[in-house]
Amino acid sequence: MKYVDEFRDPKLIEKAAEEIRRLADPKRHYRIMEVCGGHTHSIYRFGLQDLLPENLELVHGPGCPVCVLPMGRVDDGLRLAQNPQVILTAFGDMMRVPGQMGTPLEMKARGVDIRMVYSPLDALKLAEKNPAREVVFFAIGFETTAPSTALTLLRAKKMGIPNFTVFSNHVNIIPAMRAILDSPDMRLDGFVGPGHVSTVIGCRPYEFVAREYSRPVVVSGFEPLDLLQSLVMLLRQLNEGRAEVENQYERVVPWDGNQAALAAMAEVFELRPFFEWRGLGFISQSALKLRPEYAPWDAEARFEVAGVRVTDPKAAQCGEVLKGVLKPPQCKLFGKECTPEKPVGALMVSSEGACAAYYNYVHRAELVSGD
Amino acid sequence: MVKPTAIRFKDTQIELAHGSGGKASRRLVEGLIAPILGNPALDDAALLSLGSASLAFTADSFVVKPLRFPGGSIGELAVNGTVNDLAVSGARPVALLSTLILEAGLSVQVLQAELEALQQAAQRAGVQVVGGDTKVVEHGKADGLFISTSGIGLVDARVKLAAASVRPGDQVLLSGPIGDHGITILLARGELDLEASLESDTRSVWPLVEALIEAAAPGLRWMRDPTRGGVATALNELARDARLALKLYEERIPIRNEVRGACEILGLDPLHIANEGQFIAIVAPEYAEAALAAVQGVAGGREARLVGEVVETPAGVVYTVSGYGSSRVVDMLVGDPLPRIC
Repeated sequence: MKYVDEFRDPKLIEKAAEEIRRLADPKRHYRIMEVCGGHTHSIYRFGLQDLLPENLELVHGPGCPVCVLPMGRVDDGLRLAQNPQVILTAFGDMMRVPGQMGTPLEMKARGVDIRMVYSPLDALKLAEKNPAREVVFFAIGFETTAPSTALTLLRAKKMGIPNFTVFSNHVNIIPAMRAILDSPDMRLDGFVGPGHVSTVIGCRPYEFVAREYSRPVVVSGFEPLDLLQSLVMLLRQLNEGRAEVENQYERVVPWDGNQAALAAMAEVFELRPFFEWRGLGFISQSALKLRPEYAPWDAEARFEVAGVRVTDPKAAQCGEVLKGVLKPPQCKLFGKECTPEKPVGALMVSSEGACAAYYNYVHRAELVSGD
Repeated sequence: MVKPTAIRFKDTQIELAHGSGGKASRRLVEGLIAPILGNPALDDAALLSLGSASLAFTADSFVVKPLRFPGGSIGELAVNGTVNDLAVSGARPVALLSTLILEAGLSVQVLQAELEALQQAAQRAGVQVVGGDTKVVEHGKADGLFISTSGIGLVDARVKLAAASVRPGDQVLLSGPIGDHGITILLARGELDLEASLESDTRSVWPLVEALIEAAAPGLRWMRDPTRGGVATALNELARDARLALKLYEERIPIRNEVRGACEILGLDPLHIANEGQFIAIVAPEYAEAALAAVQGVAGGREARLVGEVVETPAGVVYTVSGYGSSRVVDMLVGDPLPRIC
């Protein structure tokens, strides 16, 4: 497959892995966080950890939108769906995320009208087709998906579609990275910067990481060779004592981002004063809500949204895993009460989640006998 | 067959996942249906001994949406799905019963077309439809047309298939490219703005299986058609039942570019995608090459490959190894395959 096979060439992968092993100074221990859930998924799917030296530790970051969504927001969305007027629409990723009332899939099985869509535009089309119902789009995601929500809202406003609203749970990656860098547990040496988010925001927003925290960032693609090359670039910086932002994913990521996407987001969204992140707590200016001009399309303005707060199940240690303090199997519930089929914590839900990826791609061997 | 571990069914309501062919389906069958019906050996096809003859007896229901899709339709599936359950039991399909559940309001033209498709598929598969039943339900109670078929076949006396006879060193033979049916259906529903020139792989696999039996019967250990839940789920069931591991060579698994592309975009694993006209056979190593040559020699079998082998550890696990030496565990499907956003 063109543009994919080139980045999975075994010979080139072996060469890159060799270069990493050569660069990894045996006297040092390198801790590198891949911020993005897509990277976590690729690392496990392609078994890249098998190729790395022991003193290069990959730490899985907070970049899975489902994983950082607090349970209260899931419940708020499901409560909206219980209104018989409402058709709740959501991405596939959301369908297995547990709230207190169950998952969207379970609610759907009980007859609640929840439908999976592949893009917010599909939700808007559904609203056009069902003028007597209220179609709510449960929006999640970082800057990767926020532009498509923004464009859909622009269109809804232009066309004057009155029965379409967005329940915005969009979050920003930069405040989350800052929260991790400010955490007292912080022991990271560098970051593999998110690829998809960066196609929108570019590389410039990461410059503070290098400037203020002296940590290198390499924005990376998702293929095995992309990730390995990014690790080579990070090791070179660390060995040379440099801390810079570099762009491995130049073929897709412009340094200054996608201006059209940023403009659409700026037109529609503004920053929330604060937003709760699962595992990271409240982070100020870290999430997007609709501007007052878009209130007619804002589910939070149109409907009663309780704004419930639900604490995570006590034993689940998602927060520690999100911050890279614990590895997935070190959580008390991992693989026992919490599995991809019956997830307790969000990290086990989405295949982007560190725990689900670890469980699916690595860990099961030890569990099979007791399955 | 004695299952290694008893499964308890604790779910309180039925969800779509219970029919997706993956973990939840297995829990439902082994944790609720089989214990109540009092038969732990429930399987896709039952083997019955009648005098000197050994018969395979199977049933399947078809609820596909849309009714027609590139490369096939529900009528055709209703035959092929059932004859393939027989074929992978080592049985030549002999006769079918078909039950039609019609929704009031269904166009007769659609019904006629599906009956014709069913009849033609039966002819191609060399079976006769010998009876059945017809019910009509109120509008809104069914999706136009559901078809349920049961089939009976004559088991080839040379074949003894069981997970328990699988041994380390045995080879995994896959009859052709995977994922065509599942991705075709996903795209045919028109909910995704993706286009690909793909067709369902629905067909009777009996001609391929027959050639395989001729060439390698004494070395044939186990067979399965990897329908819902895909290759990953079928092989996980084998790994668990046989208490052995399956090692697949990622590069050898035939997957069309269109399927790979759609899976890349949607974040799905081709090993979890449903197939209709493929089978997996476990063959003793000394018969593996002959088995492969036999399948490749039959029309539609050219793309068959030996894709992996049975190994001792880690017991119960299916894993793949890549061309650059890394490995990953392949689990059963959980729920339905859901596309990812990011």
